Amino acid sequence: MGEFMTKRLTRAVLSGAAIAVAVGGLATPAFAQRDPAYAAARSAGQVGEKMDGYLGIVGEETAELRRLVNDINIKRRAVYSQRAQATNATLEEYALTAGCQAILATTPGERYQAPDGSWQTRTNAPPKRDSRCP
Amino acid sequence: MQGKADRKGLKISAAVGMASLALAGCVTVEAPTEPIVIELNVNIRQEVIYRLAEDAGDTIENNADIF
Repeated sequence: MGEFMTKRLTRAVLSGAAIAVAVGGLATPAFAQRDPAYAAARSAGQVGEKMDGYLGIVGEETAELRRLVNDINIKRRAVYSQRAQATNATLEEYALTAGCQAILATTPGERYQAPDGSWQTRTNAPPKRDSRCP
Repeated sequence: MQGKADRKGLKISAAVGMASLALAGCVTVEAPTEPIVIELNVNIRQEVIYRLAEDAGDTIENNADIF
């Protein structure tokens, strides 16, 4: 358990460093990366992608996780709202479509919500998605 | 006389039938429903999702900090 966590932490630190190098090298603020707390919660499986296009808390809810998830969901909602208007769609339609794509984009080990509402851990296999997802 | 009694019986059985129908209705309504998320999204059609898919994919890429 301890060793596992250490490995995971090392990997997170290494990938964080790699990202920092990549971002610094390219200097493209448009492609800003996840903040460290979000990245950590995501890779630890404490948060996951819901079917509706928003982030959810997977296990026990803490005030810190709730704040993090709310913050991201408010920002997502703003983006969805803007793009929904631009594409002549409703907020819900756009958010659900983004949910399909966000679940597809999860990497092994990350959590996502299956059509039955249960939380799943992404493997190398395709995720279980809503039948309407492209 | 006989006809009247029959009609009364019919009325009663009709009332019983209605009552049981109403009861059956209540049971259906009060049965546990699926999570709201899924209920709300049932009306969204697949063709709409297909139309928006590319744009939504771009949105996720362009907002990597919140996805």
